[in-house]
Amino acid sequence: MAGPRYPRFDTLSLHAGQRPDPATGARAVPIFQTTSYVFKDTDQAAAIFNGERPGHVYSRISNPTNAVLEERITALEGGVGAIATASGQAAMHLAITTLMGAGSHIVSSRSLYGGSHNLLCYTLPRFGIETTFVDPRVPASFRDALRPNTRLIFAETLGNPGLDVLDIPAIAEIAHDAGVPLLIDSTFTTPYLCKPFEHGADLLFHSATKFLGGHGIAIGGLLVDSGRFDWPASDKFPTLTEPYAGFHNLVFAEEFGPAAFIARARKEGARDFGACMSPTTAFHILQGIETLPLRVQRHIDNTRKLVAHLSTHPAVDLVIYPELADHPDHELSKRLLPNGAGAVFSFNIKGGRTAGRKFIEGLQVFSHLANVGDAKSLVIHPASTTHHRMDAGALRDAGISEGMVRLSVGLEDPDDLMEDLDRGLHASQK
Amino acid sequence: MKLKVNNKTVYAYTGAKDLIPDQDTIVFIHGAGLDHTVWLLQSRYFAHHGWNVVALDLPGHGLSHGPALPDIETMADWVVQLLDGLGIEQAAVVGHSMGSLVALETGARHPQRVKRLALLGTSIPLAVSEPLLNAAKNNDHDAFDMITLWGHGHAARMGGHPVPGMWMIGNTVRLLEHAPPGVLFMDLSACNQYQSGLDSARQLRCPVLLVLARDDRMTPVAIAEELIHSIGNLHTVILDDCGHMMLAEQPDQVLDALNTFLLDGQA
Repeated sequence: MAGPRYPRFDTLSLHAGQRPDPATGARAVPIFQTTSYVFKDTDQAAAIFNGERPGHVYSRISNPTNAVLEERITALEGGVGAIATASGQAAMHLAITTLMGAGSHIVSSRSLYGGSHNLLCYTLPRFGIETTFVDPRVPASFRDALRPNTRLIFAETLGNPGLDVLDIPAIAEIAHDAGVPLLIDSTFTTPYLCKPFEHGADLLFHSATKFLGGHGIAIGGLLVDSGRFDWPASDKFPTLTEPYAGFHNLVFAEEFGPAAFIARARKEGARDFGACMSPTTAFHILQGIETLPLRVQRHIDNTRKLVAHLSTHPAVDLVIYPELADHPDHELSKRLLPNGAGAVFSFNIKGGRTAGRKFIEGLQVFSHLANVGDAKSLVIHPASTTHHRMDAGALRDAGISEGMVRLSVGLEDPDDLMEDLDRGLHASQK
Repeated sequence: MKLKVNNKTVYAYTGAKDLIPDQDTIVFIHGAGLDHTVWLLQSRYFAHHGWNVVALDLPGHGLSHGPALPDIETMADWVVQLLDGLGIEQAAVVGHSMGSLVALETGARHPQRVKRLALLGTSIPLAVSEPLLNAAKNNDHDAFDMITLWGHGHAARMGGHPVPGMWMIGNTVRLLEHAPPGVLFMDLSACNQYQSGLDSARQLRCPVLLVLARDDRMTPVAIAEELIHSIGNLHTVILDDCGHMMLAEQPDQVLDALNTFLLDGQA
């Protein structure tokens, strides 16, 4: 293309959404730790409240620090807008409740983060929203599970913890043929490794707690709208295509066009459900995103070294990582995740649950905790922790064995990490 | 609201309000390949401040059925047909970019129907570069990217959307992608071929507001000089720190300029 070009990923990671503070000249994003904002006069107050002028009213709904984070993730993902939420779970809940109410149905991958599975399987049915879980490796299973009241297809870029690589283009086509959007949990890959919107997804969210923050100090979520889904094309989404009595009969699809979804999510969901992000948390997540390209590349480099090391270790039965030739999604991974298949992977230790326990307790550098995406390396035993509510059948369906250990590879020296794994594996076989 | 013009379904945003017969009306006309949503803030403001608002989608754009219209003069006549369909005798007409040419031509061809004119992000001629025209002709995404990049001021390309959480670059690209194939090329060709703008400007009798932006590379301030000297009853506002996409980049400044100008007409 002739002429100017868009700023590139690394530049956007540092700059998108922010201009030096006009009041102080501050180069860093200031933390606007305030609940509310003084209006110039009553006309301006009324105009901001009524969506006639831009501005902030109350930090549950919007905040200047959060707005920078929201713009930055939108720029990195290639969307039209975003909302920062109290957690990744809050972002997922906001997406669902913006789209549907009681009587609706979701088709979801069955390889999910345990918290997402809980929400869909146990909690939302209490509010009249049912979910059918399907095998993410069989795109046709999503189509087969569709019902007339289906309003959403949901999956993760990389299934948890089996690392099923989602065939986003195939699933998106099924969703669009059915006139429903595809929502992606993109936490494990971040936009550095995968941009789901470029593959056909319509909405996505992150647990920003993980790789986006990268420091393990702040809980947060981000819900992003691609702006591509054609809401008025069907009558399935009255929250977006019919007058909303809660905002002067505003019809979001008519008034906001491509930004209809994210506008409703803010004007209703942020206002009424209230799961907002603290401005200080937004600042912390922004500090992480500034170095996202550098950190994720190092995560990937370290992961590849550990995967190679464990793949030949005598105490290890199986290493599950999509870049390995024996992984079922190896070819798909090369196509959709050419820069790396994430920094979380699983392996089975010889000796099952007992060996797994000894392994974890023998580690000194890896931290045993329920999180991923920290700068520090982490380890957990899914069957007894993150996925403990699943029965044996559900565990099997999700590809989780009794002896499976999940690693989240951090940024330490890879030789220290390999030595630590050797230490734990040695202990596991005693 | 939806209505029929020339037996085609047309959409116009009214602020979710009925048009009131004894209330003054403002018609908003969008730019090439875009639709009524570019006026989101300004149109909503006026709709809730005692005006009838008609933020139209030109044929083939947004929610209006096609085909798109081939030239600025036809678009101007179509605007009047829309006013006829709505039963509106006279209105203030506000246009941005290509829409400003349509507004200008409407004022020249139908002076009795236009009470005031506001021309935003405008220049006469509004020449379109060969690479952009060719990309649009081929329905190449490069055309959307060129408009988006050239259309936003330097600072806006990194964001800083006044509306919290919105990415104006992404929103502009998505709006352009939404236009059916061929529509952008028709619009840009219409801009390129519109040669009678200065003559039309000299015919204007109503008060005119010109809103320009210092960082506008699509309709630069310098090129507007001749237009400025062609209009008799003119007020000019030049926005700082703003590119061509002024409705999103500086919505408050645009609204304040329009509000002052239009309220003056009501006084």
